[in-house]
Amino acid sequence: MCLSIPSKVVKIDPETNTATVDTMGVQRTAGLDLMEEGSVAIGDYVLLHIGFIMNKIDEEDALESLKVYREILDAMDAHERLAAIEESENCPNGGV
Amino acid sequence: MGLELKNLYDGFRDADTIKAYAKIIAADAQKLPHPINIMEVCGGHTHTIMKYGVLQLLPSNIHFVHGPGCPVCIMPKERIDHAYVLSMQENVILVTLGDMIKVPGSNGSLQDARAKGADVRFVYSPLDCLKIAQENPDKTVIFFAIGFETTTPMTAALLDTVIRQDVKNILLHVNHVTVPEPMRALISDEACIIDAFLGPSHVSVISGSKIYEEFPRDWHKPVVVSGFEPVDVMQSISMIVKQFIENRCELEVEYKRAVTREGNLKAQALNDKYFHNVDFRWRGLGDIPQSGMGLRSEYDRYNAEKIYDAILPKEEINDHKLCICGDILKGKASPPQCSIFGTACKPTSPVGSCMVSSEGACSAYYKYGNLV
Repeated sequence: MCLSIPSKVVKIDPETNTATVDTMGVQRTAGLDLMEEGSVAIGDYVLLHIGFIMNKIDEEDALESLKVYREILDAMDAHERLAAIEESENCPNGGV
Repeated sequence: MGLELKNLYDGFRDADTIKAYAKIIAADAQKLPHPINIMEVCGGHTHTIMKYGVLQLLPSNIHFVHGPGCPVCIMPKERIDHAYVLSMQENVILVTLGDMIKVPGSNGSLQDARAKGADVRFVYSPLDCLKIAQENPDKTVIFFAIGFETTTPMTAALLDTVIRQDVKNILLHVNHVTVPEPMRALISDEACIIDAFLGPSHVSVISGSKIYEEFPRDWHKPVVVSGFEPVDVMQSISMIVKQFIENRCELEVEYKRAVTREGNLKAQALNDKYFHNVDFRWRGLGDIPQSGMGLRSEYDRYNAEKIYDAILPKEEINDHKLCICGDILKGKASPPQCSIFGTACKPTSPVGSCMVSSEGACSAYYKYGNLV
């Protein structure tokens, strides 16, 4: 029920106070009634809920999260590589 | 790297990241002083947890209690009966969101009402009422409004437009509810086993994370506000586990890309303008004081509940005696422990609240739990 779809603003119509947003290739109209005037711009990422934009997605915070995930995966890769090396060194048949 | 729209989807559903968090959680969980029970308050999280098999990725000392955060599930039959009765009135078009279609009241669901000739319409947005009202000037359009804080401002925006444009034929039947009150009711119960909360995503977008500050401070329950994607949920679980092993009890926000402390102030102001807190009866949990949002009395002329008061049923309806949804919501039982789960109670013919919508715990177990 409270689900919401990340979308990108492609057009703003001040007359009707609506925006056109792109949701993974599908375009639809969304009300701007819940947003301060002038706070939403073309190119912004927003959350859409039952026909209204309910907020902007903070690009920097999203990128920061994705960077943290990348770092965790890289660290884990490195850890697993080390473990694999250790395992092969301890292997009684090592080098054979 | 710049952000692309697909990053907002794929980046937070990445299987390798989910598995990496599973490893981190498993390692940290060995240091937990005791097993922990986390309640995901929101039905959207319940759905994510079941759909992505999160429970199977967790060590045996981390348990989930599935909370009451599905507005369709917790809607008491009395309110659905109201919608049914209103829809049967001559010259009334009853409009509601699609989630309400199948929810059974005493006389049947709104789908049944429609089959009997009632004009019931399921819409994507409250704004669709404006077009329906314009096309049917001789009829009264009643919007049966449901949802938590996420959805309340959209109903307020509809009423705002109705008043501004002086639309004469739209009324509201308001069933909005709030999140902190049932959380408080649950942890006030002595038998409550909840150790920490996974805070809702989009309720928090509107209300801000500030609404949970009392839980770590006054109740000693950590809260982590989480996004809806599976990586968000895994990261949030990891954050909760770290709080326990580091002996911290705090409010933290994992879903920083969308949630601030203050929330959407314009939406909050719209809510305050039109609504105030009222008592509400929750299916499965019973009466919770001040847990509903009702229309302020100055807007009585838009309030279908007042206008149709004479014909609306007032009788209180108790939950089915075999249904254990109340215990499930309190964490005292899990869906498969219910004697009618998957037999007399199924998503197609729900007996209890948690089977009603796909966000309810029983329905999610039925669909994804591989138990029946």
